[in-house]
Amino acid sequence: MPTQTYAGKQISLNSEGFLTNASDWTPGVAEEIAKETGIGPLNDKHWQVITFCREDAAREGQPPGVRRIAKLSGVEMKELYQLFPKGPGKLAARIAGLPKPQGCI
Amino acid sequence: MKNLVILGAGTGGTIVANGTAKRLPRDWNITVIDPETLHLYQPGLLFLPFGIYDESKLWRRRARTLRSRVQWLQESVDGIDADTKEVVTANRRVPYDLLVIASGSRIRPDLTEGMLDGDWQNRVFDFYTADGALKLREALKSFDGGRLVVNIVDMPIKCPVAPLEFLFLADAHFRNRKIRDRVELVYATPLDSAFTKPACSRVLGSMLDEHGIKIETEFNAGSVDTATHTLRSWDDREIPYDLLVTIPSHSGAEFVERSGLGNDAAFVPTEKNSLVAKGHDDIFVIGDASDAPTSKAGSVAHFEGHVVIDNIVHAVRGESLEPRFDGHTNCFIETGDQKAILIDFNYDTEPLPGTYPLPIFGPMSLLKESVINHIGKLAFRWLYWNVLLPERPLPVTQQMSMAGKRRLYADPNLRGKTDLAQQ
Repeated sequence: MPTQTYAGKQISLNSEGFLTNASDWTPGVAEEIAKETGIGPLNDKHWQVITFCREDAAREGQPPGVRRIAKLSGVEMKELYQLFPKGPGKLAARIAGLPKPQGCI
Repeated sequence: MKNLVILGAGTGGTIVANGTAKRLPRDWNITVIDPETLHLYQPGLLFLPFGIYDESKLWRRRARTLRSRVQWLQESVDGIDADTKEVVTANRRVPYDLLVIASGSRIRPDLTEGMLDGDWQNRVFDFYTADGALKLREALKSFDGGRLVVNIVDMPIKCPVAPLEFLFLADAHFRNRKIRDRVELVYATPLDSAFTKPACSRVLGSMLDEHGIKIETEFNAGSVDTATHTLRSWDDREIPYDLLVTIPSHSGAEFVERSGLGNDAAFVPTEKNSLVAKGHDDIFVIGDASDAPTSKAGSVAHFEGHVVIDNIVHAVRGESLEPRFDGHTNCFIETGDQKAILIDFNYDTEPLPGTYPLPIFGPMSLLKESVINHIGKLAFRWLYWNVLLPERPLPVTQQMSMAGKRRLYADPNLRGKTDLAQQ
């Protein structure tokens, strides 16, 4: 299992770069994953989405898919793709320290 | 008398109705509610556009598919009142002691901006409905060159392999018409590769290549522009089309949404091993209607059927439920020229190479093209009507079996390799 140093901490990841221990997540870890995926420094809109994903996952027991994020986070689909290019559901979950959203089966 | 009520008489609902009819004590009524007179053999829709099947092969009168003990109420469901334990239709309230939601999924072209504009059923077609598949057949007949785009709008969809099969069959169709060199085939998918499971994705990915099909990955369709005949992604990539075969977004039944029992796409949150609805121990969910993390496919509904039937019998006897469903899925993938691939997998095991259902003897081969697999796919229609729906025993295991399967090393170039560990 690969590990990576994020925010000065050794953190274990799965093969697709998702955290394997949710408790490793900190806002600093999120910033570093964002940098690594080419998103760069996170702005307020990014954080609005990430916070929504974390809260929703805590409530529902699973990370939200992109349709749900667009419906409930207050950030619309078009903008989600600008904030998290290509796969907002997957990318937001990864930065938020959540598992890969299901529904891709 | 007690009441088992089943909403929907597609593959899953019919199997549960007929299976419980054989096993429930006589003081139970079994009622199926479904408004449609005919039962549609959904796997056949893939063949309609190419004229491989004609329409008459796809339908049976619903009355013929249900055992005599099952009462069929031909009405639409308006909602479920889980507090009073009643199903609400336009004419009545039907009380239940146990309920099965088997109402499937439906396509939602209305959810994509512009999809239902001028090009709809002129240049933009679905093949997930009989109407769409038949109109696409006419469009294919008169299509004599240009770019044909197959696009999955988003996941989950029914039968995730069907779009690939469509492309392989289209390739064969145009080769047979000797115009393949004038047709460009493009597959635009929101996934990051040809399929959702890695080993299978490698095999199918290299097959797309061999069949001259271009793939555009992580393409999340946001709108269709009918004026310029262009499919546009949320991140502003554009794919012009002459013919667009869309697999639109899917949702569960409207009444699920209205009853507040569904997730955002109106699929019912389901405990993935026992198949009860989360938070409702008197409601079971089967097939496409559920949010269980497995494929939406008839084979899944069939394998789930046995778990649901057993668990209904347990519930009737006041016993605890068995968490036995393992996500088992079994799909034939048509690859054109009378060949097919067979894949068999579950929640934990991705599709592996080998033979099915028996080790060595097969006769079907897993994750590899063969004529026998294609014959298996065609023979399946007979099995569907005569064995699956009436709930007669089939000589395959309900849980996925490792017999005949070969485990893989982590090998990125699976195809054609022989360095596979013998299980």
